[in-house]
Amino acid sequence: MTASPATESPAIRRGGVIWRGGGTLVFLAILAVFPLVLQNPTVTTIAVDTLIFAAAAVAWNIFSGYSGYISLGQAVFFGAGAYTVGIAARAWHLNGDAVFALLPLAAAVAAGLAVPLGLISLRVRRHTFVVITIAFFFIAQLTATNLSVTGGSSGILAPSPNWDSATFNNPFYYTALALLVLAIAASWLIRGSRFGLQLRAIRDDEDRAAGLGVRAMPVKLAAFVISAIVIGMAGGLWFYFIGQAIPQFAFDPLFDLSIVVMAFFGGLGTIAGPVLGALVIEPVQQWLTLQYTNEYLSEILLGVLFLAVILGLPRGVIPTGAEKISWLRTRLRSRREAAVQPDAGSPAPPGSPPREPREAREAREAREAQGAREARP
Amino acid sequence: MGQQIYEAIADGILGGGVYALMAVGLTLIFGVLDIINIAQGILVVLGAYLSYALSVHLHIDLFVGLLITVPTMFVIGVAIQWLFIRPLRGRDRASMSLLAAYAVALIIEGALYRVFGPNFVVLKASYITSSVHLFGFYLSYIYLYGFVLAVACVAALYLLLYRTRFGRSVRATMQDQTAARLIGIDVNRVAAVTFGIGVAVTAIGGMMFGATSGGFNPNSGYDLISRLLAIIILGGLGSIGGALAAALFMTTAEALVDIWSPDWAVVVFYLALVLVLIIRPAGLFGRRGARAQ
Repeated sequence: MTASPATESPAIRRGGVIWRGGGTLVFLAILAVFPLVLQNPTVTTIAVDTLIFAAAAVAWNIFSGYSGYISLGQAVFFGAGAYTVGIAARAWHLNGDAVFALLPLAAAVAAGLAVPLGLISLRVRRHTFVVITIAFFFIAQLTATNLSVTGGSSGILAPSPNWDSATFNNPFYYTALALLVLAIAASWLIRGSRFGLQLRAIRDDEDRAAGLGVRAMPVKLAAFVISAIVIGMAGGLWFYFIGQAIPQFAFDPLFDLSIVVMAFFGGLGTIAGPVLGALVIEPVQQWLTLQYTNEYLSEILLGVLFLAVILGLPRGVIPTGAEKISWLRTRLRSRREAAVQPDAGSPAPPGSPPREPREAREAREAREAQGAREARP
Repeated sequence: MGQQIYEAIADGILGGGVYALMAVGLTLIFGVLDIINIAQGILVVLGAYLSYALSVHLHIDLFVGLLITVPTMFVIGVAIQWLFIRPLRGRDRASMSLLAAYAVALIIEGALYRVFGPNFVVLKASYITSSVHLFGFYLSYIYLYGFVLAVACVAALYLLLYRTRFGRSVRATMQDQTAARLIGIDVNRVAAVTFGIGVAVTAIGGMMFGATSGGFNPNSGYDLISRLLAIIILGGLGSIGGALAAALFMTTAEALVDIWSPDWAVVVFYLALVLVLIIRPAGLFGRRGARAQ
């Protein structure tokens, strides 16, 4: 259950906008100066990776988090973007900054793939949908291995960038940052819009949403395509940054698992959740990989980390934190009111229902409705 | 050419028996617990490595070794369910349990890499290399033995499900968990034991996979799980008969395409899946709307 804006009072919402807006600006400012302050290439390499994964996690959340359709196949679009940039750069002999201009092409190819895949897979729900997306993933990986245009199992090489080695990572960093900002903006706009509301109605009860006039298929498909576009660009950028695409890394099952766990860690269906998840998990993941390359310990520790997130933070940091904050706030407010009122002994005026903060009550009711549904698994 | 086709069909059916056994475990777990055990692929590989370790270090015959590996895998299955699947609650339980199983798979894969390394290994036995002349073509003994064993196990599972008290409580839980609880079935125990059984069959599947695949390493789990998922979706989630039919169909189709192009044979699995789902979203034998939401 995510804290939706509709359950907050206008005053809190206005305060929240100021806080959130200011917080976002500070956060972006920190990200913008980050590579100027910390110039260690190891650090900036991890930073670029983190930004790419953050953009991908936000994009995954736009579709799966809002609509409730858990996709484990978005790596298809990641790989498609990577190969698009690779093949186009090779065919047109592009290098340097010009390669970045291919990212819209990667987006177009990803979107072009997402339409038929979405039309097929979005006819089924829940587990079947998850498995279909996994099947797409394996079809994509096998296709990349078997075709000659993708270079088979040896893959495809990126043109080597011609810029200065001291600030080598910076162009990648700022392109990735721009992509992340784009993804967050899309997520924010969608969440507040009618379209976002329709997506969340589908998540809560698709049949009822359809009964209320939501045309489920176009709505789901649109979210799927938007998600694919951002992930396709992330894949293209990743390819240029890494310098090579081979089937099992361009279409990596770990990519799917990682972005999903990032979104779950921060909070499914929230705007900031996937960003937070990526900022925490991706550096840890990269560090583990650097630290324990040859001993396969990184894989074990990564699994343990994911299990800890899934078992320990099932609802994500952001929803849990938001609940804690609103609980504290109502505690403070009721204490302040109790101090103002002379008859502090009776907290509620006679006749009125027992006082329970509105947010808390709504959260409780939602939980109870939830529990009633869950009792019939 | 005709000879090749007959051989492909025979290969497909004999190989399909083993896939059927692994897929039945997976679909049984889905039916009772309403989760997809995505770790099934790596558990098969784990089963194969257990057989490998027993035969290389203790010189125990592969089939005799099953007496050890099957109970071991059963215990591992119960432990996974008890520790990582059972505690999950709430609305995203289905997707969370999938991710938990994925994470478990990652841990097992890493552990296998650490213990056995990335090199491909094969299971060795006299009946793997020698073959028998049957109906005009040569078949390795292991295929025959494995097929017989798989058929016996599926039959045993069938008897367990349809002729015993425990089987009745499993089927009741598959139909309606709340009602099953109300009439006094210990649903948690049923879930744990079912998960254990579903994982225990991977010991047999793993031994057969290790003996017939021509080499495996810890990375083989991905290929396996994707095939198994395709099979159970094609057969209709939770349908045991469907899993059997789909396994035979898929392996035969793959063996047939393999005659023309080995590279694309694997894709047949997924293409068949996609085509069937365009026509019948619930799978071949799935009930429409069952557990739709």
